[in-house]
Parts: sequence; structure tokens; C-alpha cells
Amino acid sequence: MKKYTDTGKKDTRSGFGAGLTELGKTNENVVALCADLTGSLKMDDFKANHPERFFQVGIAEANMIGMAAGMTIGGKIPFTGTFANFSTGRVYDQIRQSVAYSGKNVKICASHAGVTLGEDGATHQILEDIGLMKMLPGMTVINTCDYNQTKAATIAIAKHKGPVYLRFGRPKVANFTPENGSFEIGKAVMLQEGKDVTIVATGHLVWEALLAAETLQEQGISAEVINIHTIKPLDDAAIIASAKKTGCVVTAEEHNYLGGLGESVARVLASHHPTPQEFVATQDTFGESGTPDQLMDKYGLNAEAIVKASNKVVGRK
Amino acid sequence: MADIKKLEDLVIQVRRDILRQVHKVNSGHPGGSLGCAEFFVALYNEVMERNDGFSMDGIGEDLFFLSNGHISPVFYSVLARAGYFPVEELNTFRLLNSRLQGHPTTHEGLPGIRMASGSLGQGISVSIGAAETKKLNNDPNLIYTLCGDGELQEGQNWEAIMYAAANHVDNLIVTVDLNGQQIDGSTDNVLAMGNLAGKFSAFGWDVLSIEKGNDLEAVIAGLKEAKSRTGNKTPVCILLHTVMGNGVDFMMHTHAWHGKAPNDEQLKTALEQNPETVGDY
Repeated sequence: MKKYTDTGKKDTRSGFGAGLTELGKTNENVVALCADLTGSLKMDDFKANHPERFFQVGIAEANMIGMAAGMTIGGKIPFTGTFANFSTGRVYDQIRQSVAYSGKNVKICASHAGVTLGEDGATHQILEDIGLMKMLPGMTVINTCDYNQTKAATIAIAKHKGPVYLRFGRPKVANFTPENGSFEIGKAVMLQEGKDVTIVATGHLVWEALLAAETLQEQGISAEVINIHTIKPLDDAAIIASAKKTGCVVTAEEHNYLGGLGESVARVLASHHPTPQEFVATQDTFGESGTPDQLMDKYGLNAEAIVKASNKVVGRK
Repeated sequence: MADIKKLEDLVIQVRRDILRQVHKVNSGHPGGSLGCAEFFVALYNEVMERNDGFSMDGIGEDLFFLSNGHISPVFYSVLARAGYFPVEELNTFRLLNSRLQGHPTTHEGLPGIRMASGSLGQGISVSIGAAETKKLNNDPNLIYTLCGDGELQEGQNWEAIMYAAANHVDNLIVTVDLNGQQIDGSTDNVLAMGNLAGKFSAFGWDVLSIEKGNDLEAVIAGLKEAKSRTGNKTPVCILLHTVMGNGVDFMMHTHAWHGKAPNDEQLKTALEQNPETVGDY
């Protein structure tokens, strides 16, 4: 088994902030808009270094999305920043018409996704955003797994022409991907090769999947772990190839099982290689207040849940 | 200034284009379109600085955004007659595989369109974004926007209106088509918006009114006055008093023709009131 090391827990939103800082230096067309959450989104550096390219819109997300769409006309590359809930559900029609249908080069950057936002509770814990965004024609949907990958993705999406939804989170999570690693949109990353079960994970559940694979190894189950940072366009070929090899799949995500990565994987498998699949995800429920660890445990979003699902799906082969 | 008689002839031709487009497919929005014919003709032929051809980025030219996208028939007619695409293409309005969708879109690549609109309330925000990019690019040209009066019931507008004043977006002229009508009736009956001039002023905008919004010379004068007030730290709002259905007697002063096409007989009458000038497509 490959060994992965957590180099020290870091929040993915700080990876976004670091990526934006880098873009500020290297790409003068990058502009940033924020709806009164500059500190939470770690956009302070960009704001301090490039005040003329930073747009504080206040608590007015709809206007922020519309403005971002308009700013592309004339060649700017706008990055919008607010919580995932206010980046998607609150402004769905603005994204649909002014960004996606209008084909605008806007990067919607969303922090505090999922239940691990923690104590603020369900009003702020969106578990439906991947579904909302992946259904929009032309929208690229990315959910990064750690600090390093979030930084790399932030830099990479500036080069991609077209609307992007970049999803990350609030809590500090394991940082294990290479520093300044490459990021290829739409390309799955094979982290662990195995032969008995494929674990397809996104976001910080990728780390949980790696921990689960170690436990499964002790149980005599060889798990393949694939990091799907890009949910749309999905790397169909990587998923099909792995499913053919192992014969069963577990998907893992901090999102409702309706509309998330799991459903996208199920669609690919149903069309190309029908395979037993289990879903580690929230079960069509809202979240609640609590610490991130407590919530991941209660809602079945950790290594333990992935191990359980793996055992179940292996039994279904 | 261009020959006013020529522009007045163009207004009449645009009315014919509007009526013929919606009649052919028995759908579309003639009322608001007719009310804004003078505004569009003035804007595209007398007021805006425009480059030859079309580029999405529109560097070094004035840009126009239509927020109330349902009045696409007047937009399409004026764009075609300004040379953005062949006037014959007006024949394809709302047809399958057409670039002239029911509501304007960039999706089919129709020259002259820079954003999709139709879902209301989004145009001012997009315009502010374009205006901010002009400033970043040191491009001195202006952004023009048209929105409906009923459309101002959408909350996003007021987010945008607040932003533009607070951030001195003074390269922006937003015109409100004040025809007092919306689908369910008069704006006063559906959801009264009170004193719009007072509201825009209170938000920090420089507001002027064009009382005769269907008098071409008055519209040109008002737009030029608005233009002269740009670059002054405040965004500019024009309250354009128009009559829905203007130029066709039975369509005027009612919301009945907001989204209804004339039948054969009604088209004949309407066209008789607006004899061919520049030439039908």
C-alpha cells in the first residue's frame, strides 16, 4: 500500500486564499468579489495587495453573481467568494441565466460546504450544492480534498475558459497531496491501487477513504482509492476501468446522496458497467449544530462509515 | 445629428418589424416593444458610440444591456437594422433552431447580444459588472441598460442600485421603461412602487425624467442629457415615460398586449397605421 502522510491539518479555504494570492501576482485579469465574508474566505491578502481588483458587494449575493457575469465582458476573470449555501441555492437563477446560459467565465468559489461548517447549523450547511451546480449545462464542478489541492485548483481554474463551481470547506483537515502539485480538471487521481473494492471519494472524504483503505487492508480487503476532485466533467474512463477491476464501488462525499457524486458515478456505471454500489453521503436530511467530527460521525461521513459500506458492497458482489 | 425624419421613418419600420415578428409565430411581447421603439432607435442610431462589427468584449465602445428581455422584438429589429445581422433573419423569430430566441441569449451567438435576459431583475447587476471592467480597462465608454418598471419589483435590482451609488459607478445610465403596466394589470394595482424618482434619488442616483418617451426628439435630448451627467461620481437613472403599444391605437394604454400577438385582421389594421418606410424584411 502507498503511504500518505498528513503534513499538518489545514483548512481548504486557506488553500483557496493562497491560490487567489498567487493569481493576484500572476494574472492581472483576475478580479475578486466578496459578499461580506472576506476573512472567512481568506481573501484578505488579495484585497490588501490588489484593492482595485477587489469588489466588496455587501450582503447581496444575487448582485455579486450578476456583476461577476458582467465583469467578464472586457476580459476579466471574476472569482466570487461566499459560503456554499449563498453561492448556489440563494443565487441559482442568477447563475443559471447570467452565468451558465450566458456562457460567462465566472469562477464561483464556495467555502463552508456541508455539515462540517459545524456549530452554525443547518441554515448554513448546504448539502445540495453539487447537485444544483452539476445540473447546469456547461458548468464545471470541483470539490477539492485538502489545502494543497484547493490552492492548485484555484490557480488551474483561472486558465479554464467557462463557468466553474469550486467547493471547499471550513474545518482544518488532513493535508496530504503534494505541495504545488499539478491539477488537471476532469482527471481522476488514483491514490491507492486495489482489487476488491473501489472507493471513489471527493472533498475531505478522500482522506477518510485512505484511512478506510488501511483498515480494510487489515481485514483482508484490498481497496482501490480514487480522488475525484472534478465531479463534472466526470472521469468516466477511470471509474469504469476500476469498477471492471474490483467489481464493486463505494462513493463518499459530504453531500446528499441525491444529486451528488454518488449519483453521477451510478449513472456512468449503469450505462457502461453495472456494478454494485454503496453511497457514503447524507441520507436526504438537513444537518444540525455540532463540531465537525461529531457531525461526520453522526451523519456517517468518515472512515468508519466507508469501511462499513465497503464490507457491505463486497458482500453484494 | 442624423436626419430626424430618417430616424422617425426607422421608428415606424421598427414597429412594423415588431408586429410582423410576433404575428408570424403568434407569440411574443408587442406592447412593451412598441413602447420602446423610439428609445432603441435613438440609442443605437444617435447616442451610443459603437464599433463596426461585434465583439463580446466591446472594448472602446458603449455597451447596451436589455434587462427586460421579453421585449426582444424591438431589440432584434433595431440590432438588425443597425447592421448586426441580416434583417431577413427577423423571419426566424422564436422558430426552432433560430438565433432569435424568445428572449435574447448569447447562447446561439447572435451578434449584438452580450447576456441572456428574460428572467427579470438581473440586468442592472450585469451592467454594473461591465461598467467596473470598463473602469479597470481605462475604457472611457459608457454602459446603457434598459429595464421595465414592473421589473423593479425584483429585489436584486435594489442590491444593484445600492451598490452602484455606493461605489460611484458613474459610467452607467439605467433607463426605466415607465409604462405603468405589467402582466396582471397596472403596476399600481399589482404592487405599487410609489415614487421611483424619489427612491433612486434616495439611493444616491442622479435621476432625470423623459416625460415624452415616445417623442423621438425628446428621447434623444434626454439620453444626451443623461450622457452629459456621467463621470460625475454617481450613476444616472432615466425614468422614461412611455405608452405600452405605442403607435397602434388599439394596443395603447392597456396591458392586454403585453404578451399577445395580433391576429391577421389586427395585424392588417396595425400595419396600416404604420406604413412601410425603410422597407420590410
